[in-house]
Amino acid sequence: MPRAKIELRNYIESLSILDADGNVDTALEPKLDPQDLRRVFAAMLRARRYDERMLKLQRQGRIGTYGPALGQEAASLGPAFVITKNDWLIPSFREPAAMLHRGWPMHKLMLWWGGNEFGSVVPDGVNDLPICVPVSSQCLYGAGVAWGCKLKNDGSVAVAYTGDGGTSEGDFHEAMNVAGAFRLPLIMIIQNNQWAISLPRAKQSASDTIAQKAIAYGFNGIQADGNDILAMIAATQEAVDRARKGDGPTLIEAVTYRLGVHTTADDPKKYRTDEEVECWRAKDPLIRFWTYLLAKKVMDEKARELLEEEINNEITAAVERTEAYEPDVLEPFRHSFATMPPHLEEQMMQFQAYLESIGAHPGRASTDKIETARGLH
Amino acid sequence: MAEMTMAKALNLAMREAMAEDKTVMVLGQDVGKDEGVFRITEGLLKEYGPDRVIDFPVAESAIAGVAVGLCFTGFKPIAEMQFSGFGYHAFHQIENHVSRFRSRTRGRYTCPMVIRMPFGAGIRAIEHHSESREAIWAHLPGLKVVIPSGPRNARALLRASIFDPDPVMFYEPKACYRAFKEEVPEQPEVMEIGKANIVRPGDDVTIISYGASMRPVLEAADELEIEHHIDAEVIDLLSLVPLDTETIVASVKKTGRVVVVHEAPKNCGPAAEIIARIVENALMFLEAPIERVTGFDLVMPYFNLEKYYIPDAHRVVTAAREVVSY
Repeated sequence: MPRAKIELRNYIESLSILDADGNVDTALEPKLDPQDLRRVFAAMLRARRYDERMLKLQRQGRIGTYGPALGQEAASLGPAFVITKNDWLIPSFREPAAMLHRGWPMHKLMLWWGGNEFGSVVPDGVNDLPICVPVSSQCLYGAGVAWGCKLKNDGSVAVAYTGDGGTSEGDFHEAMNVAGAFRLPLIMIIQNNQWAISLPRAKQSASDTIAQKAIAYGFNGIQADGNDILAMIAATQEAVDRARKGDGPTLIEAVTYRLGVHTTADDPKKYRTDEEVECWRAKDPLIRFWTYLLAKKVMDEKARELLEEEINNEITAAVERTEAYEPDVLEPFRHSFATMPPHLEEQMMQFQAYLESIGAHPGRASTDKIETARGLH
Repeated sequence: MAEMTMAKALNLAMREAMAEDKTVMVLGQDVGKDEGVFRITEGLLKEYGPDRVIDFPVAESAIAGVAVGLCFTGFKPIAEMQFSGFGYHAFHQIENHVSRFRSRTRGRYTCPMVIRMPFGAGIRAIEHHSESREAIWAHLPGLKVVIPSGPRNARALLRASIFDPDPVMFYEPKACYRAFKEEVPEQPEVMEIGKANIVRPGDDVTIISYGASMRPVLEAADELEIEHHIDAEVIDLLSLVPLDTETIVASVKKTGRVVVVHEAPKNCGPAAEIIARIVENALMFLEAPIERVTGFDLVMPYFNLEKYYIPDAHRVVTAAREVVSY
């Protein structure tokens, strides 16, 4: 037969459970007890307030450039909420909701955006990789971690994140290909927030959905309402169950929206309209989930006030801890290799001698002295 | 002691490491059933099975990136790039992750992995298969760059690289894979990474090289002695990072005259750094300007011309005589 049809799976499911007005599809509603529901809301609110404070800190010059995650709290948190301690989280850089929930101390994230490597040091016992800047490069070590989980055969899985822009990178495709070919327990979350800085989703790829790319790689893909925490939890739960059974990876396209700037160095007015932003603001993941919780009588305004206060205190303490951090000027030399090779020892000694020559010693006091000596103040 | 080629010696080092340590894995294109295009991974799949010897899809970036993830979950991957000419696909992963994780996480996550690649000219291979780009990796902080020159040091250095807590770019001079045999001890042997080897002591001139160039250099040293009564000291670097400055400088202080030899292009090549270290540490001991015998700053010619472009013994002899008679 010279010309025949090869049948492919020709559809992708799209999942929405809690709509923008807070109405829930009870048939699809995941079974979460009131305590879990409160934890979910607390985690989203915590990320939102953290985000708001970070923007302020950036404007005050107290941290560096910041990439807010405003509006993407559900897309980011859902998968992190489903997995357990033994599983792995491989973030990009717009997943503070997931990272904070997993156990990253808040001041660590602040340190990272404040330009300190200790913000990449996750506490022992938390199986998370740090923030990853080079777009989609994390997908590959995500696949490697999933591979390790598979070899250890302990039922653990890996959840990795990238964005709609990230799906154009070669590393994303290589990771998906390998995950499919070796049936790795990898759950790939695409935070499709519609914009890769200035490039809209439609120009990123001709695919109707991002989820359908999974078909070509030979595994399951699903599109979920990324502003619907219940849909994100349900979609991830299915994917995790499948991965734990050895049935391979899943690609979850979380349809969401970046309500804020790409980073604080970006001006979105150059490429998108206020109307579009307002339209998505009405689909805010926190507002609909709050409506849902009120209707279920799981929380009330009083409980929220207490929560807000608790979060505010945590943020204030984290800022204090971040700003009390004193970098050691010579620290980087000690961590390039397990044992410092002679050429680095020599360079460190030369640098140290220079510091001493201007009356400085490692530590924050010395950074001030170096700046004074060099006329940087 | 057994006599073997570098190809066999590298294979032996991996077999020994895999037998001793279950976390050691091999991944690369055609490394399993096909046993590697140069047969360096011969027998590994049969001995250690498909969980530890992985025939990987054709994706160099993925080989490096997946290896990084395997490190995080407790494995020690040996990643093979089929040819160094295709290893550039993995540059992004190596620069942004392999080399940086220890530093950026202050040791919380590390990459105890080896990336093996055959490199260099001399086997009349087609385009893209003959370059020497080791300087690229030597420039990246956080990587070690190891280059053996013969069976015995290949086996000892690969073993050291596999068990090194940091990532090692292991550049294998493919012209040496089967060019000659050497006695290799029965028991596993480890050489310290970062220590050069004085292969031939001498007083008149120091010739510094590594990898496949060691053979023309030693040939040149014999010719210099027999034909020209010049007693050359020959240093085999074995590692570009760390670079054994101490051994180089001690030799230069003795001879006062230096020739540096490599196949890699001249501009910003390894010789430039070697000479800078000599100048920093032994300038006043120099009796003559230092000569470089290197590849030219050109795209590597197709193999019909390669024999005219690879530094040979005659070029080394000429350079050494010039330096000595200055």
